[in-house]
Amino acid sequence: MREITFSQATLEAMAEEMRRDSTVFILGEDIARQGGIFGQFKGLPQEFGYERVLDTPISETAIVGSAVGAALTGMRPVADMHFADFVTCAMDEIANQAAKIRYMFGGQARLPLVVRAPDGVIKSAAAQHSQSLEAWFVHVPGLKIVIPSTPYDAKGLLKAAIRDDDPVLYFEHKALFAMKGPVPEEEYIVPIGKADVKRPGRDVTCVTYSVMVHRALEAAEDLARDGIEVEVVDLRTLVPMDIDTVLQSVRKTKKVVVAHEACRRGGAGAEIAATIAEEAFDYLDAPVVRVGTMDVPVPFSPPLEARVVPRKKEIVEAVRRIV
Amino acid sequence: MPDRDTLIHIYTTMVRIRAFEEKVEELFLAGKIPGFVHLYIGEEGVASGVCASLDRSDYIVSTHRGHGHCIAKGASPRRMMAEILGKSTGYCKGKGGSMHIADFSVGMLGANGVVGGGFNIAVGAALSAKMRRSGQVAVCFFGDGASNRGTFHEAMNMASVFDLPCVFVCEHNQYASTTPSTYSVSVKDVADRAVGYGIPGVTVDGNDVLAVYEAAREAIARARQGGGPTLLEAKTYRIKGHFVGDPERYRDRSEVERWREKCPILRFEDRLRADGVLGDAEMEGIRSAAHQEILEAVSFAEESAYPDPDDAFSDLYASCAQGEGCGI
Ligand SMILES: Cc1ncc(C[n+]2csc(CCOP(=O)(O)OP(=O)(O)O)c2C)c(N)n1
Ligand SMILES: [Mg+2]
Repeated sequence: MREITFSQATLEAMAEEMRRDSTVFILGEDIARQGGIFGQFKGLPQEFGYERVLDTPISETAIVGSAVGAALTGMRPVADMHFADFVTCAMDEIANQAAKIRYMFGGQARLPLVVRAPDGVIKSAAAQHSQSLEAWFVHVPGLKIVIPSTPYDAKGLLKAAIRDDDPVLYFEHKALFAMKGPVPEEEYIVPIGKADVKRPGRDVTCVTYSVMVHRALEAAEDLARDGIEVEVVDLRTLVPMDIDTVLQSVRKTKKVVVAHEACRRGGAGAEIAATIAEEAFDYLDAPVVRVGTMDVPVPFSPPLEARVVPRKKEIVEAVRRIV
Repeated sequence: MPDRDTLIHIYTTMVRIRAFEEKVEELFLAGKIPGFVHLYIGEEGVASGVCASLDRSDYIVSTHRGHGHCIAKGASPRRMMAEILGKSTGYCKGKGGSMHIADFSVGMLGANGVVGGGFNIAVGAALSAKMRRSGQVAVCFFGDGASNRGTFHEAMNMASVFDLPCVFVCEHNQYASTTPSTYSVSVKDVADRAVGYGIPGVTVDGNDVLAVYEAAREAIARARQGGGPTLLEAKTYRIKGHFVGDPERYRDRSEVERWREKCPILRFEDRLRADGVLGDAEMEGIRSAAHQEILEAVSFAEESAYPDPDDAFSDLYASCAQGEGCGI
């Protein structure tokens, strides 16, 4: 199969969906003329015009707010946040408006809206450009949370998100954009709400998503040399969460490490661990271990950043603690 | 016309900023600076002209392009450079980097990685100054792009209705990243928006440091005397890319060259020479002192140690030294 980057995969998803449905459009900062920080929008305005690929002023509130209004009235907007950190500037529009409108108005409305948010730690971008904020939105009923780890999943899930009739937050880790992986030429969709076992194993389950999937796979490789077989479960979407796939794995391995790059406290890992405790307590042979960024803002200086952000090593250590 | 000492101070500040920024660019290209940096080259007239009328105790709130604001407000280039290199002797002990330098001891309340994140912090500093009857003024630097954030509106309105000692300084450098202001800003002059808030709006040539100085002096004096906020717009140009390494596909080199000719430092030098304030030899002396100062700042920064990795856990809460160690 041909290999393309994560960035190209999302670009193909956008183009295919825009070709298929004329109500799909995208708006955000520096996307049309510049093509996006990661080249993820390159060529879209040439094919679809500057009306469907809209460069906006620096107005995150208006970007998401107008996407909500457009979604309510027959369009399928994709709002780009530039960096996930700036969703804070559109919190009301996401949490109070998009998430609640359908329910609050008794099911009258549909909100086919996607908010794309490049997140995570990359190259000393420091405290305001390094966050992983998915847990905030997991806590808001009414939103779907998609968070892919590979070019294949990125494409299939972005297409599914655009076709979904509910507001979807689509988190894409900045360090993944340049990563290559197999993506078929033919069209496909990855359904929202289906986890994927990225590596089978019998000894420990590592439940993870986004960039940490790759760190978990590296850790599994290392541990396999010592005869420890880690099963890597990539959740791919956090809401809805495919807890059945997780539980199936846990019943087999009886030991779990939950890993994400977002900080540990109040992270999605807490929800995952709690659900496992509720649903599979009798199967567990060890406490569930969580791996996440230390509970401080991400610091700038390389030795500080390296100290707080979990990589392969932290996952290996977590696994060793329970096997 | 300001007095001779003030003129020399303004010139020296501009030259120090330029020397600092040229060195930062060089170090970044040499791979010595982590993260990313936004340079102030070409815009020195704004920070230098505005801060010349501020006291040490006055406040400024800065942006992602904040090195010039820092130097103009009296921060130390040594500790700035150390911060930019991620060293423990930096202003933020390596936690912040280029985009997050602050020096609270000189009233520099912080650069900001979030565009438009500073407006209301400035409003709060002005509110506090008013409540404490301290006579301090807060200046908020922001870009043409930032003027499109919703925070702009809330800040302007509240500063106006509360009559706060706040001066909003728009550094209209024609672009927000790749987006020209002609595309994204609803008015030609951001200062026109002042009308909507019932406050004075003034547009000046930001590359004419004396024009900036005069307008800022008046606005700062008005704020200090209880006359409320001003929206001051300085038209200028970012000579370098949005960040070091920017491929700059969104503008012609000829445009950059045209603005280079309007360099605020060269223009001010012509003026100082014509008015007999400084001769070439004196200006050369000031420039070489600035270069020397920056070279020393670099040595200081390079010789400084990186922070201990465990320092990542300090400074999170005021109530305990080590965030992780105190049960939080
Ligand atoms: C809320 C927010 N949106 C987007 C960005 C990304 N960004 C960083 S600088 C910048 C352009 C800012 O333009 P302007 O305010 O004119 O300042 P300049 O860079 O020209 O000094 C953008 C879009 C950001 N940091 N924060
Ligand atoms: Mg600008």
